[in-house]
Amino acid sequence: MIAAIRQHRLMLSLGGAIVITALLSLTIGSQPLPLMQALQESFGDKPGVYSLILTELRIPRTLVALLAGASLGLCGAVMQSLLRNPLASPGLIGSASGAALGAVITLYFGVASLFAYALPLGGMAGALLATLTVYLLAGRDGGTLTLILAGVAVNAFALALVSLLLNLAPSPYAVQEIALWMLGSLANVSRNELWILLPGTLLGWLLIWRQGRPLDLLTLGEETASSMGADLPNLRRRLFLAVALAVGSAISVTGAIGFIGLVVPHLLRPLVGYQPSRLLIPSAMGGALLLMLADMGVRLLPVEGEIKVGVVTSLIGAPFFLWLILHHRGRGV
Amino acid sequence: MSLLNGRALSLSRGQRPILKGVDMTLQPGEMLGLIGPNGAGKSTLLRILAGVIEPDAGELTLDGQGVGSLPHQARARRIAYLPQLSEIAWPMSVARIIELGRTPHLEPWQSVGEKDREIIDRVIRQTDLLPFRDRAFNTLSGGEQARALLARAMVTEPDILLADEPVSALDPAHQLDVMNLLRQHCESGHSVIVVLHDLSLAAHYCHRLQLLHQGITLAEGSAEAVLNDNNLADAYGIALTKGNGNALKPTSLPWRRLHKDD
Repeated sequence: MIAAIRQHRLMLSLGGAIVITALLSLTIGSQPLPLMQALQESFGDKPGVYSLILTELRIPRTLVALLAGASLGLCGAVMQSLLRNPLASPGLIGSASGAALGAVITLYFGVASLFAYALPLGGMAGALLATLTVYLLAGRDGGTLTLILAGVAVNAFALALVSLLLNLAPSPYAVQEIALWMLGSLANVSRNELWILLPGTLLGWLLIWRQGRPLDLLTLGEETASSMGADLPNLRRRLFLAVALAVGSAISVTGAIGFIGLVVPHLLRPLVGYQPSRLLIPSAMGGALLLMLADMGVRLLPVEGEIKVGVVTSLIGAPFFLWLILHHRGRGV
Repeated sequence: MSLLNGRALSLSRGQRPILKGVDMTLQPGEMLGLIGPNGAGKSTLLRILAGVIEPDAGELTLDGQGVGSLPHQARARRIAYLPQLSEIAWPMSVARIIELGRTPHLEPWQSVGEKDREIIDRVIRQTDLLPFRDRAFNTLSGGEQARALLARAMVTEPDILLADEPVSALDPAHQLDVMNLLRQHCESGHSVIVVLHDLSLAAHYCHRLQLLHQGITLAEGSAEAVLNDNNLADAYGIALTKGNGNALKPTSLPWRRLHKDD
């Protein structure tokens, strides 16, 4: 009972923080936006520059941060629970590196400039293909360790191919374009990106819906879980596809954004009594909050140009993660 | 009719046969002890019975119905499995770990209800875990962890409880506690199959023993019938110690559990 109340409180706090951050995120940028005026303009007869900024730039950017962050947090919690490993990241099974490779291929061959959807579609295809490869190598009946190793191998190979393309890039501009995309950013997000992000994200979330129970059972070990009624092969297939879709969509639109999927579940796990099923929604909310905050942070930094949000999440995420590990080491977590 | 019936169960790992056509039966209310030296195939047989692995050949029926054809959750409601080693991935509280044992009875959208809580509370008392219920599982001693995992299997209220060496890591007092709990489970009309290395405990507590050796059943029946000189020599390479010219009885336990009121 107390646990349930605690859970509600946690979700309410996260929800409140998300709403406040989202509203702030709408007003902050190179052009400060008077929100009320922009809203009046949007609903009025003659749309002005404020309403344009709001509906064409800030709302899509905020929503993409919210959705992509939520996917990263959620899928991080899913992968850590599925693999029973707190060091698993959402990209472990190939979704992130596959998406990066797919996207870079479209940039390299110039397809990305032909039509708007080419880059994210390439990213999605890459994410699905890389995840499928990991699944075929180890996901059907291999143990957790085989799966992690296969993921590491596929990730390394995909990133090696990205390096190869960078190496062979025909011009410095192409190199720069690819390298900047890889850093991860929400700066050039418009409504198009939002529509591209949405279907894969929602489908991925839908596949994760109600899979908390078998993830709870996995706490007891794979054999025990399966003796208790969990259909593990089916669970794996389903969650692999879900992560490939959700993370693939997110990375395809934003570029590589590190550490959110790794850190957020870690941070929230003690607050939900370490139970995987109770971790899923808070992790999604935490991921959304963190990416929105990071994206707001890069807009506020007083530097020439804009620092990429992927750089910031990794820059803060990595030391923070190290601190977490050291902090938890004594507790055997 | 027997509750659980296995016929000619076989399994190989690569070229190496582990089980070579083992038959087994289990009656309602019966406690069956699976014994045999290391590598005899006891744990493998138990995992097949639990539905964790599929045999290469043979037939397994529960109440006359093929176990393979049962939906996962329906099987999990009737057969609970307590593996030899349980690595708990997250430091959840003891109460939450035990609560997971009710999962086979819940629909995906249901959470534990009043009736489930009653069962959980009763089992927590039975297994003496009341002082530990809110503790993180990983802070418990080996004996307490073993009891908590047994409690997890007991709250499922399965018709058949399969336990793989549930007492191997325990001191004598806790060994007796766990064996008594398994016997209690039988007395309420359920059945137990337990893998044991301690032959005295097996002989003392089990209604019937099945001795496996190199993937086949070497002997099966009462403790007196199974634990004779020939079988012990063949399976384990051991013999009963003789005192004053008479062989000691394999069924006698040299100690009993003291309770607070003793």
